Amino acid sequence: MTDAKSMLGWMAVAILGAISLGIVALSRGETINAVWLVSAAICVYLIAYRFYGQFIARRVVQIDPKRPTPAMRHNDGLDYCPTDRNVLFGHHFAAIAGAGPLVGPVLAAQMGYLPGTLWLLAGVVFAGAVQDFIILWASTRRDGRSLGDMIRGEMGKTAGTVAMIGILMIMIILLAVLALVVVKALAHSPWGTFTVFATIPIAMLMGVYGRFIRPGYIAEMSVIGFVLLMASIFFGQTVAQDPTLSAMFTFSGEQLSLMLIAYGFIASVLPVWFLLAPRDYLSTFLKIGTIFGLALGILVVQPEIKMPAVTRFIDGSGPVFTGTLFPFLFITIACGAVSGFHALVSSGTTPKMLDNEANAPFIGYGAMLMESFVAIMALVAATALEPGIYFAMNSPAAIIGTTAADAAAKISSWGFMVTPEMLEQAAKDVGEGTILSRTGGAPTLAVGMAEILSGAIGGKALMAFWYHFAILFEALFILTTIDAGTRVARFMIQDLVGMFAPAFKNTKSWGANIAATTLAVAGWGYFLYEGVVDPLGGINTLWPLFGIANQMLACIALILCTVILFKLKRERYAWVTGLPMAWLAICTLTAGWQKLFHEDPKIGFLAQAQKYGDALAKGEVLAPAKDIGQMGRIVFNNYIDATMSAIFMALVIAMLAFGFMAIRAALASPTATARETLVAAE
Amino acid sequence: MAVRHQAWPPEPAQAPAQSAGEKVRALFKSVTSTARLMVGVPDYEAYVHHRQQMHPGEPVMSYEEFFKERQNSRYGVNGGKISRCC
Repeated sequence: MTDAKSMLGWMAVAILGAISLGIVALSRGETINAVWLVSAAICVYLIAYRFYGQFIARRVVQIDPKRPTPAMRHNDGLDYCPTDRNVLFGHHFAAIAGAGPLVGPVLAAQMGYLPGTLWLLAGVVFAGAVQDFIILWASTRRDGRSLGDMIRGEMGKTAGTVAMIGILMIMIILLAVLALVVVKALAHSPWGTFTVFATIPIAMLMGVYGRFIRPGYIAEMSVIGFVLLMASIFFGQTVAQDPTLSAMFTFSGEQLSLMLIAYGFIASVLPVWFLLAPRDYLSTFLKIGTIFGLALGILVVQPEIKMPAVTRFIDGSGPVFTGTLFPFLFITIACGAVSGFHALVSSGTTPKMLDNEANAPFIGYGAMLMESFVAIMALVAATALEPGIYFAMNSPAAIIGTTAADAAAKISSWGFMVTPEMLEQAAKDVGEGTILSRTGGAPTLAVGMAEILSGAIGGKALMAFWYHFAILFEALFILTTIDAGTRVARFMIQDLVGMFAPAFKNTKSWGANIAATTLAVAGWGYFLYEGVVDPLGGINTLWPLFGIANQMLACIALILCTVILFKLKRERYAWVTGLPMAWLAICTLTAGWQKLFHEDPKIGFLAQAQKYGDALAKGEVLAPAKDIGQMGRIVFNNYIDATMSAIFMALVIAMLAFGFMAIRAALASPTATARETLVAAE
Repeated sequence: MAVRHQAWPPEPAQAPAQSAGEKVRALFKSVTSTARLMVGVPDYEAYVHHRQQMHPGEPVMSYEEFFKERQNSRYGVNGGKISRCC
């Protein structure tokens, strides 16, 4: 009876999902309601979780609920502690959700809402959630070991070192591109800059409160911080309207990037309780709250999607990022569909707290589905905007010019009707001087969120508040990531350099620490500054590099998963990880190749270097360079970017080779050879 | 072989009839634990319980010490740890 009922229920979900997907995919020429997109996504997630997730759990990884988890065997009440599955889900989700799933879909919206939606859904079901879940399971079976350790154990020491270099490089690019998103959002915006600056003293006050006045009272310090944050957003308006104050908080992109670099260095050597931890509390709670708020807002407001299903920019000529649908859509939307970074989180703290293997699908597969849903909401927020406004915000000045009249004319010529008045009004609505070329995704998302949230609460009057709230919310957790990420990169550098110079490994030595921190900050700082002065606006250069790096890491994680399946003698299921692995290898290698050798200077780094190099040889100065010196720097930067692409490709190829060798050895062995921790099951 | 600390499989959670007040309190507890673990602070009561059960007579950190220890651990004061994603 219950079986029949549940079958009927699943059939209803399947039918609703099919109808929603049909409407999303087939409607042409008129706007569709975002609710269809949301319901299509939720139905796909439910079915994928119930059927594909369970298939992987039962057949592929063969979850054993009787097998004691690391949390059970090493329980210390601290790192290792069996945790309620709902509580752990929250922990895991908070750890994987960040700026990535919000930015990627906004950029990909230039190709229309359909390509992004389809990749978000297919990607998460067959690649992203599979990776997160299987890595979580593999790490749980290996005492909660990290991704690097597992690669070393299953594929050899060299493979482990190669993977570690890859992880360090993705870290550097990630920090640079996130910092660039903040710079792009705050440049020439005194309101935004003031509120983001205000978070530093607010966090410090919270830090002192939570360390000395009321130690450990997280809720109290967070409430204090939250109230002060909201006050700073309100006061930011006064700052923006006051000529002297607004001049004090108006900075160019170059200035902001230098400040961020200095900030990154100082913040990462301060004691953690002073700035990093309290801001992490604020940003985590704000992030979760905003995600819920956005979901509610979309359900209440039910916005219409105004972007066409597919735009002409799938041909690769888009102003937001250049390059054709394949491979660049799959690189641009990384987090939300599949993110290699999650492999680090899934093999970090979560496996040490899993109370029962049977909960691994819920946490590993389930949390990633939820992250994909966040990405869908970001896509809704971006595509619900007037397309003309979307393109005005996301196209670099080199393409649309710097005045509302130029931008409106240019964008209308693409077929997205927009008037200069509309652009000026949109800027006024959100309390900014201009919305032109606010690339990087965050401001677009902020306008989209402001539209949705103000539609739910406050109307037009609160639009500017919501806009700056959204900017603050993104900047807050990006700054936390920069601070924490710089520390992690520092330890990785100490570890890697320590292989050759053991003295460097000593984390108690101030000299080694400062040297490694300097290297880490110099690494991302270089790419950040380069992005700010980039002829095509920076995001166009750095986001694909980040996407390639992140997908490369996912590919590496899936190679490990595939190797483990072969070593367990379960090659008949190897396609579960092998197919997404192959797809990611194809995407990253194709994208890497095009970024290197494409003859269009907007896509290929070498072509761009040559274009500026040729002009330089003739003594010409091409915009945005203002003198010969800057011309030389653009040429040099493009060679560096080309080198990065080449290294990422080499890493993927090397890891594929290690993977094939490990698989061959596994096939040759008559018995299973995977190195799971032995435990006595009762 | 690591020492087994707890009975396995875990005892099924006891679910005696709960009053509405108890249910609300349980939900509130679950929400606060989730929020605290999101920022890397696990359940202090569970820690104390664990120390008393498994290491009787050995020192137990005060809540303050416990909080500081967790904070330092989350942000990798003594070694890099990736606690979050992009």
